[in-house]
Amino acid sequence: MPQLPGLIKGLGVTAKTAVRTLFPKRGWKTLIPAPQKGAVTVQYPHEKEAPPDRARGVIALHEENCTACMLCSRSCPDWCIYIEGHKVKAPPRRAGGKARSVNMLDRFDIDYALCMYCGICVEVCPFDALFWTPEYEYSEPRIADLLHDKIRLGEWMDTVPDFLEYESGSEQKVRKVPR
Amino acid sequence: MIELLALPYWQETSIKLGLALVVIPTTSLILVYLFLFKMMAFMQSRLGPNETGPYGSLQLIAEAIKFLQKEDINPAQADRRVFRLAPVVVLASTFLLYVVLPAGPDAVVQNLDTGVFYAMAVSSLSVLGILMAGWASANKYALLGGLRAAGQLIAYELPLILAVMGVVIQAETMNLQGIIEAQATGEIFGIGLIGNPFILTQFLAFLIFMIAAQAELTQTPFDMPVAETELVGGYHIEYTGFRFLLFFMAEFGTAFAFAALASVMFLGGWWIPGFDVDSNILNILGPGVMLGKILLVAFFIFWVRFTYPRLREDQLQKFAWKVLIPLALVNIVITGIFKVVF
Repeated sequence: MPQLPGLIKGLGVTAKTAVRTLFPKRGWKTLIPAPQKGAVTVQYPHEKEAPPDRARGVIALHEENCTACMLCSRSCPDWCIYIEGHKVKAPPRRAGGKARSVNMLDRFDIDYALCMYCGICVEVCPFDALFWTPEYEYSEPRIADLLHDKIRLGEWMDTVPDFLEYESGSEQKVRKVPR
Repeated sequence: MIELLALPYWQETSIKLGLALVVIPTTSLILVYLFLFKMMAFMQSRLGPNETGPYGSLQLIAEAIKFLQKEDINPAQADRRVFRLAPVVVLASTFLLYVVLPAGPDAVVQNLDTGVFYAMAVSSLSVLGILMAGWASANKYALLGGLRAAGQLIAYELPLILAVMGVVIQAETMNLQGIIEAQATGEIFGIGLIGNPFILTQFLAFLIFMIAAQAELTQTPFDMPVAETELVGGYHIEYTGFRFLLFFMAEFGTAFAFAALASVMFLGGWWIPGFDVDSNILNILGPGVMLGKILLVAFFIFWVRFTYPRLREDQLQKFAWKVLIPLALVNIVITGIFKVVF
């Protein structure tokens, strides 16, 4: 019976976890069951979980940086980014120069009913217009409401946390979130 | 007590029937809430259901209502009549088990002289229902689950019965009340203070009984018939709504009944040390004592369930035929020798 010590130890592990969950307090208070404190789970609607800064909750759009280059839309695996834009003439940079043509963003929608949170759009954006934010409470009773337009996506910008410091010795400069 | 009330047969029977109809769902409710919901949650460092009612105690009622609302689906290829009958057969086996379970000197539905034999025979009836469910579902997973269940339940029926044989030999009766009486009037080295609960003299039989009961109940180390990762639910794969609820109730009702059998045969049943075996007060205190002992035994059943992963099919069969049955036979031989010598 070489398995017997392991079997008994297994029973001990589950029993110990149960006791620790049910009676987490120390001292004489051990006798008071308090599973609310002992359990490792977060009781979500009552207390909100604090997600880590790099959590992939929702994607925010900084509209001024977007040039409607369509890179994100084309690289999206399930085609959930809709972009429309038009060209406008902008004044020349230097006096006497030629008038520039600039892309203006008309529509930038992300359909979160389709999005699979791969983050390729954030990676591929060359102009720092898309950012991850850890916010996760945006479920809707109607599925069509999960299509966030550029105003809604812009509102998420307020919840974007600052980029974390790289680990020491890294020569990369920490990027800034445009506010 | 029965003489005191002196009810006609039909009144007595209808009272007992009504009591059974209330008690059996309640027992599975208690087991599921206490162990499946709460204890399992604590063993995994979670809280379990805690929103429905005080401490989530009404969760199971909510679930039952949910099951009742669901559509009763028959697969197109299924053998309709057999498919619909199968859960009823399984539940009937559970109901029949409760007939002989005593909760006091007179608090028993029917005091049979062959109580142990009857209980063992009736509990193996559920195999039939499970095979019916597996075959009639017209689903290969369900069929595999049903066949596994048949192989497993027949293999573990033997050690279960052989383990009980030791108790029967020692008590010299098959009557469950008689077994309790034998434990109550028994003596340990001439001291009759706590009687002689057979767990002391028949500890091996108790272990074999508990392991075999675990397999009979298809609780987790032996849950190949319903193995959800391999067979996606085994024989209850095609069942929805009310019929699934019947299977579910039967599973936990039978667990309660087996815990009751174990506490009757090994832990002294409803008897409280210091009382006469046939004193009337035990009819009132007995059910409480039984409930305590049953919950203790059920705690072990579910503790094992939540701790161990599933065995492999061949390991299961090997364990029954090569370990449990020989051990149970050895136990019978030793008990018989002791019975003759002393």
